[in-house]
Amino acid sequence: MGEFLTALQQQSFLQHAFLTGILAGIACGVMGSYIVARRITYIAGGIAHSLLAGLGAARYCQTVYGWEWLHPLYGAIASALLAALVIGMVSLWGTKQREDTVIGAVWAIGMAVGILFIFKTPGYNKDLTSYLFGNILMVSADDLWLIAGLDILVVSVGLMFYNQLMAVCFDEEFARLRGVRVEFYYLLLLCLTALTVVLLVTVVGIILVIALLTLPVAVAGHFAKRLWQMMILASVITILLNSFGLFFSYDADLPTGATTIVLAGVVYFIVVFGSRLVKRKRWSKGSEKD
Amino acid sequence: MAIQPVIQIKNLTFAYNGLSVLNRVNLTVEERDFLCVVGPNAGGKTTLLKMMLGLLKPDSGSIQVFGLSPLKARNRMGYMPQHVVLDPLFPVCVLDVVLMGRLGKGLRFGFFGKEDRKAAEEALDRVDLMEVKNRSFAELSGGQRQRVLVARALVTEPDLLLLDEPTSNVDSVVETELYELLNQLNKNMTIVLVTHDLGFVSRYVKRVACVNRSVVVHTTSEISGEMINELYGCDVRMVRHDTRAPGEHRHG
Repeated sequence: MGEFLTALQQQSFLQHAFLTGILAGIACGVMGSYIVARRITYIAGGIAHSLLAGLGAARYCQTVYGWEWLHPLYGAIASALLAALVIGMVSLWGTKQREDTVIGAVWAIGMAVGILFIFKTPGYNKDLTSYLFGNILMVSADDLWLIAGLDILVVSVGLMFYNQLMAVCFDEEFARLRGVRVEFYYLLLLCLTALTVVLLVTVVGIILVIALLTLPVAVAGHFAKRLWQMMILASVITILLNSFGLFFSYDADLPTGATTIVLAGVVYFIVVFGSRLVKRKRWSKGSEKD
Repeated sequence: MAIQPVIQIKNLTFAYNGLSVLNRVNLTVEERDFLCVVGPNAGGKTTLLKMMLGLLKPDSGSIQVFGLSPLKARNRMGYMPQHVVLDPLFPVCVLDVVLMGRLGKGLRFGFFGKEDRKAAEEALDRVDLMEVKNRSFAELSGGQRQRVLVARALVTEPDLLLLDEPTSNVDSVVETELYELLNQLNKNMTIVLVTHDLGFVSRYVKRVACVNRSVVVHTTSEISGEMINELYGCDVRMVRHDTRAPGEHRHG
């Protein structure tokens, strides 16, 4: 631990990674709670995979046309928002389409387009693995500003409309009857989800995003009675997971994203089995009293 | 000026996917009425309720609530859905659920104020659930959840209260309590309630609307076994609940 802390003080790439983990953790806790409560994890998965198209296209334009300003994260934001709007509109108004089919289509087409762009991008290419599995150690100072901006946007909008978003997630029909513009807030929820996914992709990569969005929230759900409690707890858990994931992977020279997710999985199963044990204990104690 | 009816439905017809659900329905509900909508499953009860709420539009005919279109009259209606449609694992406490009823009262963003909280607590007090206001909604029994949803409807300060199957999945003691509560509320507001459970309700309600594609309205004193037979299209037996025999059981 001491060695890691010394390195953290000296190495700017580690500092960037550490700060990214904290920033992404806050957005993850807030939006992950909405996503799990509304049970739209599959939509988040679809959005996450589709943004490979944007990452690939932006990287292609950077190398082939020399558009240096077109950061791959911009491409990711664009394709994630597009995917969110397509899925959202289909689930709101597309009575003739099956929602899950459309999610699957967005999921797969986005990945395919991304792979084509990456294949056609000249030069030695290790982008693909870092997109798929994340590479938090590659976050530059510029990236960090972009991540901080996205984080502030997602968290502030997500909290500003807390009551409306919660009502839409809990009981859409009742919210509509109270004059809440359900369609607007549902699309807003999906767009914020898209931006959160972009944030998390830098931490753990496209494939592992779902785990980071759901596992900390699931752990928090064992202790929280209210949505905002779940958000705070899930944020704290995610920040801790990201920090310890970074520490363990640095120590053992392992990929950070995968290490973080394994850690999240371990914590999740400990809490699930632990709470079952506690319940059983309480139950047997209760029956002794009888 | 003649007193305007609370709900006026004229010649209303509605079909779903080409299948006729409601056919030339006429119905008038006056102020302070306690109308019970009964009928077999898929007979159009819930559809009729959704028409009143403006969630569905009639194919032909008209429906007016307080002399307005249902959409415009929404802020005067309180609605209680079946609690089984709500996610039992949703992280929300009782007070949060009731506060959702205050969303229409001008909250744009941010958090609810003192006034909203006070209104929510008053509503919880009316359904006698103040002591569980900070409990998780998931921990409550079916009957308690129903009452929370009644409180959520009350906090909107409605003149018309619409309830969908408020007694499904609750035992007969809870059912009695719920109807006594509604009976009290009926002094200040009009109530329309959908149920498939007829026999027990009739003690409290003033009128019964039998829905099976068409609508026939009866005052409660008229109800007879013959009428129920006609509605359900087969011979059913009435179970009397007014005497409590040992080992009594409820019919479905």
